[in-house]
Amino acid sequence: MDIHEYQAKKILSDFGVKIPTGGIVYSPENAENKAREIGGSKWVVKAQVHSGARGKAGGIIVCNSPLEVADATDKLLGKKLVTNQTGPEGKIINRIYIEEATDIKHELYLGLVFDRSSESIMVVASTEGGMSVEEISKEKPETIIRSKIEVAVGIQQFQAREIAFGLGIEPKLISRVANTIVGCYKAFSELDATMVEVNPLVVSQQDEIFALDCKMSFDNNAMFRRDDISELRDKTQENSNEVYASDRGMNYVSLDGNIGNIINGAGLAMASMDMIKLAGGEPANFLDVGGGATPEKIVKAFKLISMDKNVKVILVNIFAGINRCDWVAEGIVQALEKIKISQPLVIRLAGTNVEKGNEILKKSNINYIEASTLEDAANKAVKALGK
Amino acid sequence: MSIIIHKNTKILVQGFTGKIGTFHAEEMIKYGSNIVGGVTPGKGGMTHLNLPVFNTVKEAVDQTGASTSILFVPPAFAADSAMEAADAGIKSCVAITDGIPSHDMVKIKRYMRRYSKDKKMGLVGPNCAGIISPGKSMLGIMPGHIYKEGKIGIVSRSGTLGYEAAQQLKDLDIGVSTSVGIGGDPINGSSFKDIVEKFETDDETIAVLMIGEIGGPQEVAAGQFAKENMNKPVIAYIAGLTAPKGRVMGHAGAIVSAYGESAVEKVELLEECGVTISKNPSVMGETVKQVLVENNLN
Repeated sequence: MDIHEYQAKKILSDFGVKIPTGGIVYSPENAENKAREIGGSKWVVKAQVHSGARGKAGGIIVCNSPLEVADATDKLLGKKLVTNQTGPEGKIINRIYIEEATDIKHELYLGLVFDRSSESIMVVASTEGGMSVEEISKEKPETIIRSKIEVAVGIQQFQAREIAFGLGIEPKLISRVANTIVGCYKAFSELDATMVEVNPLVVSQQDEIFALDCKMSFDNNAMFRRDDISELRDKTQENSNEVYASDRGMNYVSLDGNIGNIINGAGLAMASMDMIKLAGGEPANFLDVGGGATPEKIVKAFKLISMDKNVKVILVNIFAGINRCDWVAEGIVQALEKIKISQPLVIRLAGTNVEKGNEILKKSNINYIEASTLEDAANKAVKALGK
Repeated sequence: MSIIIHKNTKILVQGFTGKIGTFHAEEMIKYGSNIVGGVTPGKGGMTHLNLPVFNTVKEAVDQTGASTSILFVPPAFAADSAMEAADAGIKSCVAITDGIPSHDMVKIKRYMRRYSKDKKMGLVGPNCAGIISPGKSMLGIMPGHIYKEGKIGIVSRSGTLGYEAAQQLKDLDIGVSTSVGIGGDPINGSSFKDIVEKFETDDETIAVLMIGEIGGPQEVAAGQFAKENMNKPVIAYIAGLTAPKGRVMGHAGAIVSAYGESAVEKVELLEECGVTISKNPSVMGETVKQVLVENNLN
């Protein structure tokens, strides 16, 4: 689960990380007042959307008067921001963060992630703040510092200090930078985060250390014990079909193609998408209805797929293990009594009682194309597009 | 021999009396697995499915001599149960539970470092289908009858894709020595390499089919191991050719976040290690068959 910049900053400041003075606003009037309240002579108006690269997309505007702050807010609110991470549909701007401008001396990069090789928490830092970590690893890999943290005891001051010295921080600021790193680590480890990225972390002209921009992601599996974090979820930033699916216990990812998929199991779903691609088609979605594939799940899955207007063909691929194919077939028949679909439908069943399952489908009045293997199913789905 | 579980392996079910634990314990018993009891804290002394229930894993191990356990405990308590099993001297534990927080998995793995290699529990999963040694024992939630007894070792992240492979092999009259589901989570108990290594030393296994997917370094690490240490041929399929970068594809671990984690890159790196690639998921069985013929193993 992702959260907004301003939410992440609030969390970090609770862990002792310094952030510029700022506040969230929902209207231009609000924004103007907030700017006066913050004081100073220069402000930054920042669109709050779940995406990086907002600056390049016009989502961050520097202003020199409260009136300009109001204008900039007016310009952004309610618009969709299209960045190189959001896809062409962009993300709606419903909240604006107003922040005092910072006089920057140095921009640094600081990130924390799980390292899957060492199964520990990894701190990644670089002197090249402001660039994405992908760009840094491509263009300035020699500037990257990595430090693995032993989770049982947590980060030690010396490790944070080593990173700070590695970043070329001047001696009098070392402990401030080290404390910032320790604060980020604590936020990561105490709140079930999966990613904390401060980019840039800046040294100001006044020698203050600020988290100027921040992204945080959290482990969905840990939300049962993180009520305060799960409240920060902003569903307006997520694809509406994906929200519909996740609210109903299904895994769905919206894609650009036109062959809709209903599959049980994440691996089989990815494999079916691959087969569609190899057959010359493009999948419209990833959908894992879960190992169970109960009739209720199948109904919900058909509903979900029919919400996507790009879907021209529907492919159902179920490997019935513990749940027999005859039972899955009954589920499909029941689902199609409730939901009318107009697209061609390809069904491939495999596993336990596959003959019985196919017989039930044949005897029903469902209009469908039967497929035997994964390959056969993908080929038939692509062929059905042409009709 | 097979790996991890054999005909007489004594098995405990953790989370025995719950609905899911009960259902799958019955399926395992029907398959012929030697289930000797279960653990549900607070229900010790009861009899469930004609088997004894214990309050603690230690007690259960003392009284039944169990060496192996399978875990159906809900996500919030699963890490605790896995560590309890490790501490009670369980040798192999399969965690079926889906939804264990990553921070808890890191904690379990850190906890287990206190044991020397010969005393350390092998954890498989979580979020996996479990293990089956066809004709001998089933320690999982898979449909046992789709597996034919034989000589191919299967290791897969995905449950259903592992079933797909077993079915394809069966249709070609090829059997399986042991199939291990290692699960779709980013941090898991046993890696591909851990399992592939066991297959290399197993007399009964003649070739290994590895079914991976996007995300993480494990498939390539297993490929490196195979290149340097293995005599048996390894065949692999990597799912997620069409998966967009930076998106989680169902499995929490199925996300491309670094170089070498996309399907195309993994395939390239595995080919460099001498692993035979199944070009698509429909020909996993055929690719295994072809490799067996080429190596005179059929």
